[in-house]
Amino acid sequence: MVDYIKLKQGLDIPVEGVPSAQILKSIVSETVAVKPTDFKGLIPKLTVKEGDAVKAGSPLFVDKKRPEVKFTSPVSGTVTEIVRGEKRKLLEVRVKADPKTEYAEFNLPKPEAITAEQATSALLESGLWPCIKQRPYGIVPNPEVRPKAVYISGFDTAPLAADYDFILKDEVENIQTAINVLARITPKIHFGLCARTHASSPFHKLSGVEFHIFDGPHPAGNVGVQINHVCPINKGDLVWTVNLQLLAIMGRFFNTGKVDMRKTVAVGGPRVSNPGYIKCISGMCLSNISDMVNDNVEKLQQGCPVRYISGNILTGTNVGKDGYLGFYDDCISLITEGTYYETFGWAKPFRTKKYSFASTYFSWLTPKKRYKMDSNLNGGVRAFVMTNKYAQVFPMNIYPVYLLKAILAEDIDKMEQLGIYEVVEEDFALCEYIDPSKIDIQAIVSKGIDLMIKEMA
Amino acid sequence: MEKKEKKGSIFDSTIEAFQSFLRVPNTVTKRGSHVRDCNDLKRVMIIVVVALIPTFLFGIYNIGDQHNLAAGGDMTFWAKVWYGFLKILPLYLVSYIVGLGIEFASAQIRGHEVNEGYLVTGMIIPLIVPITTPLWILALAVAFAVIIGKEVFGGTGMNIWNPALIARAFLFFAYPASMSGDKVWVAGVDGYSGATPLADAALGNFSNMPSALDMFLGFIPGCPGETSTVAILIGAAILLFFGVASWKIMLSTVVGALAVGYLCNALAPDASSYLALPAWEHLIMGGFAFGAVFMATDPVTSAQTETGKWIYGFLIGAFTIILRVFNPGYPEGMMLAILLMNTFAPLIDYCVVQRNIKNRLKRAQINQ
Repeated sequence: MVDYIKLKQGLDIPVEGVPSAQILKSIVSETVAVKPTDFKGLIPKLTVKEGDAVKAGSPLFVDKKRPEVKFTSPVSGTVTEIVRGEKRKLLEVRVKADPKTEYAEFNLPKPEAITAEQATSALLESGLWPCIKQRPYGIVPNPEVRPKAVYISGFDTAPLAADYDFILKDEVENIQTAINVLARITPKIHFGLCARTHASSPFHKLSGVEFHIFDGPHPAGNVGVQINHVCPINKGDLVWTVNLQLLAIMGRFFNTGKVDMRKTVAVGGPRVSNPGYIKCISGMCLSNISDMVNDNVEKLQQGCPVRYISGNILTGTNVGKDGYLGFYDDCISLITEGTYYETFGWAKPFRTKKYSFASTYFSWLTPKKRYKMDSNLNGGVRAFVMTNKYAQVFPMNIYPVYLLKAILAEDIDKMEQLGIYEVVEEDFALCEYIDPSKIDIQAIVSKGIDLMIKEMA
Repeated sequence: MEKKEKKGSIFDSTIEAFQSFLRVPNTVTKRGSHVRDCNDLKRVMIIVVVALIPTFLFGIYNIGDQHNLAAGGDMTFWAKVWYGFLKILPLYLVSYIVGLGIEFASAQIRGHEVNEGYLVTGMIIPLIVPITTPLWILALAVAFAVIIGKEVFGGTGMNIWNPALIARAFLFFAYPASMSGDKVWVAGVDGYSGATPLADAALGNFSNMPSALDMFLGFIPGCPGETSTVAILIGAAILLFFGVASWKIMLSTVVGALAVGYLCNALAPDASSYLALPAWEHLIMGGFAFGAVFMATDPVTSAQTETGKWIYGFLIGAFTIILRVFNPGYPEGMMLAILLMNTFAPLIDYCVVQRNIKNRLKRAQINQ
């Protein structure tokens, strides 16, 4: 019996530019970058210097606290630049790719015969260990600690997200291999399926996993929400989550012995002329897709630049035109920078060009319409006022405002009691989106998690 | 909230407030979600102001109408409206100039943007004070409400009590002679005095009370905003249609009042006792409807948890009737009931949240 979980709260943001199910092109990026900032809480230690030659799968930097956790290059080539920010913080390690990829060699036992220890050390060596995230906190896990279970979400409900059924339909075997290997480390593997598409999903055939079907709007596809409904995390619990595409890459590694970081990535958003999918490599440069930008904008937005987001519009990173695709990201969103003034904006009875979840505008009259959304804040930052709204997009048994206030007060006990272990930043993204007070809620959650990590260390 | 960096001019907050009032600023998202809903607090607040317009318009007319009745004149409809408008205008000028002045100054001191909260508070205050209130007293009350009721806590969103009710409570306790809710206030007629329906009811003079229809429609003396239940219901419909106020609080306030009201009816020793006043008539008397729709539902000072809202509203309704019926001091109970429950709302929420925490702990033990 597969359990069926219905989620009422949530919101599918009707943004224009949903990627259509077609591969538009294959991109060979001249340079790629690995960004330590993709990994929460990581203090990196470089193991290469500019000019060094690397292979696909050879380390670029390691975790200073646990040097066995390595971060490797997705391509073979030469380290061209090490980018540092304020206080010499390591931001990017850029590698110029060779025309032909050479793969570092790993001597792996057959996936059927591999032991948990061998699998762990192979993942650590190959730089694929960071594909796994640990809950609580959403960080790269400690290899010495075994998790209670592994959770994998088989679909992504975020706006303009990649459709895993489409991009990974040929990767089912690799995913199965990865699951078999993970099952050596922990027997319990949960797999979330979408109620709308589960019947036709290629992942139905997977064995060795416990399926759960989730029905509802975003954030039903967030693995945190799924964990909360399957078996919530309590103090002392530790589970792993793996992004499905990265799981396929792990499986590929166990099947072939190569660190082959090729991905299929969705490119969507109101500023994309032909939203669809591209084949590329992890860490590719976003300047490769600058030809996909269109100038089809609303009158107000004219002359405003494009924002390049690695990831989705709720949780992604603004990397800029020459930025690089994040390690965990499988979609790229292009939106307009909302650097314009809108005269009488909030006072207009109808504001048909903009979407609102609240019924203070009339967006609910046009449920099918999609909007050319931009990055305008649409207001100014205020204190918490309309606190009853968050619960409408927060399908967990947690009081979001109380948790946020506990974080602001830096009250560790209260944070623990109110459920900080069960959430990461992305779970609050919709609260942040609908918030009329325009508070940076994900930043607050991030701060709370940092506090917890520090406290528990 | 983050402190804004100090810029050149000392009037930054003020300038920003006027600019962003006219046009949505060009600020873009820096962290977190890249797109944001187009709903903001200005929009939320303006909906509340719109919802107050029916009571405001009726209030203006009724000021003129009551003056006409008391003075025995025969004014035309428009003359009454004009008279009422001229009477209420100074109250609004004082309310907004004093209130917004303090808001702007405090935003300036804190280096924050100016909050929109006072747009609503300033609209409400003249509607819930006697039209005869001397302007200097009103100015004091507004200043007290904004400074002590709101700004000392950190501004809109941080306050414990509803600022408009703080203003009224200030008048009530500092200048009780003309504020207790037993005498009517009619503009422009010296020496006119009469009892409000609530006072009549308290004394058991049910026959002196206006008809239920008049009380429902609002053709009775009283504070400008509170008399017409019809106008308030239109406002309630606007608030609920736009999803700004909580229907749970409105409903549970009414349920609480009716529950205690009918209990009183059942206990009434004889027909002339206040206890015998039909429970439903409480809903259309005094400030009950206005309070239930516009004051109890304030998202900042009400209970914040959904379960808490039911308890909070129910107790407001219940306490209002208890204060009205059993308290010989003054006939109206809505203001004090809401202020009391504002005080206890965090406690209600605390209990609700604590239950959630207990469940979480229990769950942890089961899993182990």
